[in-house]
Amino acid sequence: MSLNKLNQLYMAVVMDHASHPHHKLALPDATTSVELHNVSCGDDIRAFILMKDDKVQQVSFTGNGCTISQASASMMTDALAGLTKTEAVAGCEAFFQLVMGKQISTKAKAWLGDAEILGSVAEFPARIKCATLAWHAAQEALEGGN
Amino acid sequence: MPNKFKNLSHDFPILKRKINDEPLVYLDNAATSQTPNQVLNRIGDFYQHSNANVHRGVYTLANEATAAYEQVRNQVAAFINAPSAKSIVYTRSTTDSLNLIATSFGNLVVTQGDEILITIMEHHSNLIPWQQLAKRKHATLRYVELNADQTLDMADLKHKLTNKTKLVAITQTSNVLGVTNPIKEIAKLAHQHQAYIVVDAAQSVAHQKVDVQDLDADFLTFSGHKMLATTGIGVCYGKPELLAEMPPVQFGGEMIESVSRTNATWQAAPWKFEAGTPNIGGVIGLGAAIDYLSEIGMAEINAREQQLTAYLFPKLTAVNKLTIYGSKEASQHAGIISFNLGQLHPHDVATGLDMLGVEVRAGHHCAQPLMATLGVQATVRASLSFYNSVEDLDRFVQAIQMVKEFFAGESK
Ligand SMILES: Cc1ncc(COP(=O)(O)O)c(C=O)c1O
Repeated sequence: MSLNKLNQLYMAVVMDHASHPHHKLALPDATTSVELHNVSCGDDIRAFILMKDDKVQQVSFTGNGCTISQASASMMTDALAGLTKTEAVAGCEAFFQLVMGKQISTKAKAWLGDAEILGSVAEFPARIKCATLAWHAAQEALEGGN
Repeated sequence: MPNKFKNLSHDFPILKRKINDEPLVYLDNAATSQTPNQVLNRIGDFYQHSNANVHRGVYTLANEATAAYEQVRNQVAAFINAPSAKSIVYTRSTTDSLNLIATSFGNLVVTQGDEILITIMEHHSNLIPWQQLAKRKHATLRYVELNADQTLDMADLKHKLTNKTKLVAITQTSNVLGVTNPIKEIAKLAHQHQAYIVVDAAQSVAHQKVDVQDLDADFLTFSGHKMLATTGIGVCYGKPELLAEMPPVQFGGEMIESVSRTNATWQAAPWKFEAGTPNIGGVIGLGAAIDYLSEIGMAEINAREQQLTAYLFPKLTAVNKLTIYGSKEASQHAGIISFNLGQLHPHDVATGLDMLGVEVRAGHHCAQPLMATLGVQATVRASLSFYNSVEDLDRFVQAIQMVKEFFAGESK
């Protein structure tokens, strides 16, 4: 019996983000925010997006979840801030491709930053939903939200 | 332990497979049970030798299929000691059965100002149909709460069960806490107030002897897939005089007596509730599952599962920082133990266990109001069956230790 494979999922960067998540706060002046639930476990994430002209100026999140969903949300807030709206939406798409084990472009990798290491989630298909929750919330917020 | 429980993996080949290169330890029996060869072969035989639609043809095959389908109804009736086979309605599942009761019977008897009494430990299947009924009828849905030891608060139940109560809907065994509620006593109390009682037996019927007449249940529901049969077949038991009053909720073939351009009349219960071609293969498998369980004996199964639970429980309580939900007594857990490991999220724990071959559920277990009451978002849940072995439980406990150590190391 061994847990070696778990090291691919719970790497130091992931554990760092999960225990000290970046931008975990509500943005009262957000342009949009969207809350999504992981129906299987009841976890919830709300993503807040503050737009300035066509730029994503600030991204934050609130909510509870497992190590993977918290780390992924934290990485998402780092990744999307500073991108244009189109790039940010494309960045979310690239992340979905990545965690399903697909190749993504070098440009997309640059957008994703730390989040690129969550590509290892592809090895743990049961956890893809945990990893993508925050990114789905962000994408919906970027595309209109409420 | 008696020999009956040795080498059961001959009957359940899935138990021999590997998960992530480790032997499978299947501890999600509360979600669905594994299906023995005896059930699969009976279904295979039916399709190979006797398949035809039921209640339709006059030819030999159709007759055989119909006889087999109706014979299982007798078996189900005997299994739960129902007064007659006509009190057994085939459905899709527990959920389907509870929806049938809430829609057909609920609409019939519940009126504005009535109260429907359920408990805070109900599965969403035995909660939302009543919540919706209460909304439709402007009735009030009330919840019986838990004692400090997370068993059902009977004093609260007695307090909330009044002459306003039209219906009590309650689970026999909780799919989260593992506790078995005193249904017989509750039925008596309900009947004293002229209320009806609906029993969700999804988690009990495969683990103890259930006797609807002894319980005096007005309705009792369960799913085939939690009692060694396949998915897509369920049972709704109802007292014959209540089923007789209830209108059908689905219309079509099989359920009618005669149809004209402007009108139709229904068959008697149970057939008026079985519109369309039913899950015939599922029914055949249900019969085989009842044979399998009965051959071992429900008392033996119950004793075996109690023994396994009693073996596992102290090993779990001994794990530092492991919190068990529900009673502190192993005997109150009917093979179901929900827990959390320190501050670790249940998903993380379950992924770790999965890497070690141990399959458990992590989540809210379709009981979000109960999770809120327990003050958690989710839990890990291990649920065992008579076919689990002591070695399974040892591997499980060892795996918990390893997962705990793994995350302790990671968070440094
Ligand atoms: C107590 C309880 N009630 C109802 C159900 C619903 O069963 P099904 O999904 O088979 O309809 C379950 C199963 O998850 C359960 O555990």
